[in-house]
Amino acid sequence: MLGDITLGQYYPVQSPVHRMDPRVKILLTVAFIVCVFLVGSPLGYVPVALYVALCSRAAGLPLKMMLRSLRPLRILLIFTFVLNLFFGAGSTEIFRLGFVRVTQEGLYNAIHFSLRLIFLVMGSSIMTLTTPPVTLTDGLESLVSPLKAIRFPAHEMAMMMTIALRFIPTLAEEADKIMKAQSARGADFTSGTLRQRAKALIPLLVPLFVSAFRRAGDLAMAMESRCYRGGEGRTKLHVLRAGRRDLIAALSMAGLFAVVLLMARYV
Amino acid sequence: MNQAHISLQNLCYAYEEGAPLAVDSVSLDIRRGEFVALLGHNGSGKSTIAKLLNGLYTPTSGKVLVSGMDTADDRNTWEIRKRCGMVFQNPDNQIVATVVREDVAFGLENLGVPSERMPRLIDDALRAVNMLEFADRAPHLLSGGQKQRIAIAGILAMQPEAIVLDEATAMLDPSGRQEVLETALRLNRERGVTVVWITHFMEEAARASRVAVMYKGSLVMDGSPREIFSQVEKIRRFRLDVPPMTRLSAMLRERGVGLRADILTAEEMLEEVRALAHKA
Repeated sequence: MLGDITLGQYYPVQSPVHRMDPRVKILLTVAFIVCVFLVGSPLGYVPVALYVALCSRAAGLPLKMMLRSLRPLRILLIFTFVLNLFFGAGSTEIFRLGFVRVTQEGLYNAIHFSLRLIFLVMGSSIMTLTTPPVTLTDGLESLVSPLKAIRFPAHEMAMMMTIALRFIPTLAEEADKIMKAQSARGADFTSGTLRQRAKALIPLLVPLFVSAFRRAGDLAMAMESRCYRGGEGRTKLHVLRAGRRDLIAALSMAGLFAVVLLMARYV
Repeated sequence: MNQAHISLQNLCYAYEEGAPLAVDSVSLDIRRGEFVALLGHNGSGKSTIAKLLNGLYTPTSGKVLVSGMDTADDRNTWEIRKRCGMVFQNPDNQIVATVVREDVAFGLENLGVPSERMPRLIDDALRAVNMLEFADRAPHLLSGGQKQRIAIAGILAMQPEAIVLDEATAMLDPSGRQEVLETALRLNRERGVTVVWITHFMEEAARASRVAVMYKGSLVMDGSPREIFSQVEKIRRFRLDVPPMTRLSAMLRERGVGLRADILTAEEMLEEVRALAHKA
């Protein structure tokens, strides 16, 4: 039951977007988020939608993948829509049913905020779908490394993320094994009240933690044996290099920015 | 080159102050290019010695010298660890990265090797352990023996002079054990890498060029596999067993069959029995 844990949501195909510098992808994603917040009216989402479509096309991502990224958000989306629709402010009533009333402003906000949420998620999932988690970590490390000047542990943070990613499948496998061993001795993880089920997890979590600590000790020793001594003086196998395709991506984002700003002002 | 590659001089180690000595006055000189098997029952101190060899532990008293460098001196730590690599028991707990190639690069990155020089060193190391075709795989999907060979490649990329394998085969299935042992033997033979092979499997020790036996923290026997394993009674006193063929030969000798006492492998046994049949 724990076997199908996938690392992130990376969609492995070859595309120019996949090959982009992760740093540029992270920065452009931030820019995209700002851009979405600058959109002033539902109509303003048209260029944003076009941009997302263009990017996902260039990245070789099928529409199904893009829509799937919205699935974890479906409840939040429904809430956003319903709350804005029925309990929004405003005076121009469309209709009324008891104490519930739908106003024009409410309808407008419902559409506006739902679209904002949808594009925020879709836009950032282009990054997570086209970049393996480890590459993303590398990019993040490089981006925050100027903060080392104020003692921000950029390298340590990235190393922790990499090791966590490395050990997720190992620990998942181990949890699975412990669960089976406990089930074979009559433990029940799947029925009972929420409280009972939470309690049933204790005999799973205790051995898992004990083993995680033992692994951490072993790994620390192995890393030291291979001359690990922190980020100081360390080189990297993969050097991050921004190229022409990154410039093109950045320019296209600048274009989107311009269009969105113009529309916010004049439309 | 006359000096010992790795030299233990009256080495003692206790895990805590006042605790009993885990390693008790061990002196041992390992020459360059030797394949030494360090044998011992559980708790004999053999794994503690491994961790003393590259400065993970520092001696309570006595000395460890690697290429003449004292492991107790902090200034030598990184140079010693670069020259004397270590492979541990649990294959899962020594792989750092999520891609094989990146894991092999880990040591090189730590040493500050320029990025453009890395791919050649990595490919070379992976080729040496016959794992080049797995370079872009995820390590958690490999078998135990393959993971251990990746760990060896990670050490090999740093171009060490010695490799210490601390019960590297203890958690593997028989075929994985075979793979790892053959790899270590080949590196020793072809590249002249000094190997310290720590184990409690007799048939593995029989392949070494020299066998040292530990018992309760002390070094109790040291010699060629033939010298060591022909002393069946003595070996048993140290709660160890002799290789299966040596045991068979001892049993046959007890019944009056005129076999040599120092038979180690099935091939030798076959040869011996044939010679005997020929005579009869």
